[in-house]
Amino acid sequence: MARRYDGRTVDCRSEAPFGPLEELYGPPMTAQELLTVTAPDGTLQGADPKLSSDELLHCYRTMLMVRAFDDVCLKLQRSGRIGFSIPNKGVEACQVGAASALRASDWIFPSYRDFGMALYHGVTPTEMMHNMFGNDLDTARGRQMPVHFSFDAPIHFVSISSPLGTQIPQAVGAAYAMKLRGEPHVALTSFGDGSTSTLGFHSGLNFAGVWKAPVVFLCQNNGYAISCPTSEQTASESFAIKAKAYGIPGVRVDGNDLLAMRKATLEAVERARRGDGPTLIEAVTFRMGGHSTSDDPTRYVPKELVEAWAKKDPLARFERFLEKRKLWTKELGERLYAEALEHIGQAVKVAEATPAPKLESIFSDVYADVPAHLRRQGQAAFDLAARKGDAGAGDGKFPL
Amino acid sequence: MPTLTMVQAVNDALKTAMRRDKSVLVFGEDVGPKGGVFLATEGLTKEFGRERCFDTPLSEDGIIGTAVGMALNGLKPVAEIQFQDFIFPAFDQIVSEAAKFRYRSGGQYSTPLVIRTPYGGGIRGGLYHSQSGEAYFCHTPGLKVVIPSTPEDAKGLLLASIEDPDPVIFMEPKALYRTTKCEVPEGYYTTPLSTLRTARPGQDVTVFCYGAMVPVCVRAAEQAAEKGIDCLVVDLRTLLPLDEEGVLEAAKQTGRVVVVHEAPRFCGYGGEISALIAENIIEYMEAPVARVTGFDTPFPNTLEHHYMPDARRVLDAIEHVHGF
Repeated sequence: MARRYDGRTVDCRSEAPFGPLEELYGPPMTAQELLTVTAPDGTLQGADPKLSSDELLHCYRTMLMVRAFDDVCLKLQRSGRIGFSIPNKGVEACQVGAASALRASDWIFPSYRDFGMALYHGVTPTEMMHNMFGNDLDTARGRQMPVHFSFDAPIHFVSISSPLGTQIPQAVGAAYAMKLRGEPHVALTSFGDGSTSTLGFHSGLNFAGVWKAPVVFLCQNNGYAISCPTSEQTASESFAIKAKAYGIPGVRVDGNDLLAMRKATLEAVERARRGDGPTLIEAVTFRMGGHSTSDDPTRYVPKELVEAWAKKDPLARFERFLEKRKLWTKELGERLYAEALEHIGQAVKVAEATPAPKLESIFSDVYADVPAHLRRQGQAAFDLAARKGDAGAGDGKFPL
Repeated sequence: MPTLTMVQAVNDALKTAMRRDKSVLVFGEDVGPKGGVFLATEGLTKEFGRERCFDTPLSEDGIIGTAVGMALNGLKPVAEIQFQDFIFPAFDQIVSEAAKFRYRSGGQYSTPLVIRTPYGGGIRGGLYHSQSGEAYFCHTPGLKVVIPSTPEDAKGLLLASIEDPDPVIFMEPKALYRTTKCEVPEGYYTTPLSTLRTARPGQDVTVFCYGAMVPVCVRAAEQAAEKGIDCLVVDLRTLLPLDEEGVLEAAKQTGRVVVVHEAPRFCGYGGEISALIAENIIEYMEAPVARVTGFDTPFPNTLEHHYMPDARRVLDAIEHVHGF
């Protein structure tokens, strides 16, 4: 069960009683092919995933919520109410499809373009919006830039950092702990094509292979690392094939196909739970927006590429699938999107009205206890504020 | 009470911690069946099994990256970096990750891990088996930096570091691994972090030092005593967070201060001690603070005895501040 963003719960367990995966989906795939379950017109190509209507609609609503959250944050940033945001348009199916294969007891080590995974498992837009405004109710207490979320419930969505690839070996370590204690849990770590060039990618996959750690590596190949296309990132024929050198399975998935993402992740998760070790999933997708609100992708992404991928919009594809199931109409889509906007609008109201963190929050959580030198520095800052007034805040705009 | 060398005391601490707490793990390069290149982890794999003391692939980034993940998920990893000179591939995991998890998650996530690493010169290790990198880590809020100088402290401070809820860089002066011996209590005990140790009482000049420089400074103090200068030698033991009050108190006692470390001088730890004194108790000082340090050069091999502060250089500084 996952808590929905509107507070309801929905039955979206990954341990659905639908029998062996092979029976459900056919034989496991290899690195060579691109797994697709839903054709671009929404027709089911593979075996029926046998998801309940509730579960399918929860996936759909979550994708809509991601897109609505993006849309609202872009407006907030452009109007100067928040400093920064990271758009997700185009990669919603990667996030939600992968998240749907996890249980609440699993851990997610995300990148900064993954918050659909948190929404799927019941983190609310209000909790997220507190982070976007960096206010006193932000779990990071305004210490991080927006979109650097941290949640420990209802699923471990581990605090995001800006350095790339660092979360990859961390997920392996967390998975080692699960294995050592004999827990049936899995750690999933998500990262982009650019992160495959980092130290963390190499050490993470290498350690996981040696340890047979219950971890799933999800590489979202969205075409660009800020402005650098994948051809400048690697000469490899794919990212998935890199798994071979680490002695682990690697699969390529149509990242704009939610059901394919779910299938591939579920297979990888089941493999990990069985004790058969890690999997690298390459989700082939496309970042339809900029790297961030500070980025202008028209400077480096060819228009034709954007137009070609717009036709593969993961949300539209899932709508066509739902339509064939008689679960979707244009009116329903518009109504649910309006509901999502309304919900996020409420979150904005709450978050914007929440005060900034207090000055002492600078000095807490550095260590478990505040050491003497930080107490002195804090006291000096409070005394100065009392004598000379508060420091003036900047305009909050991230200048890049 | 058994008499142990420092490396034996480290080994004793690891065994004591692992017997006491099943969540304590030891891993790194060659720490398994071989027992570590300095034998600090000898016998651990045999007693605790390969799941709790094991060799890793040769990747410092991987060792610390996975240690961070283990610590996030309830284990207490004690990772070994074979030589502190090789820690830099893991710098990102230490500085950007381990040191910041608690802060950036508002306390939701924390990384109680210990990184043990031998540091310092005196073994003819040249550029890459001799460096003292404490300043890199002392400049990072969220870390604790601990350096013992006696076997008894090595055990007590290591056990305290393993018990600590925050990430600790535990730097072991490899020059002292087998050259110091003392009685070490059996069983579990901790030496509190962020406390100073008086290595030698005295009234005329205060010498601040840590790690392998402590016995050097004590020797220099003995030679100074022959010349009628009575030195107080203070072993800092925990560089971050430092017992600043204790340092100021010890400096006030004599009004004359020498700071000694092997690491290069510029932006070195001695500068912080000097600034602390200048900012807070300048009116108590009878002489400028003198620093005796490594040179601002890479660490040489053949001439390492010229690079490393010795009793001769420390005594020279003591005489200088005493006669000022």
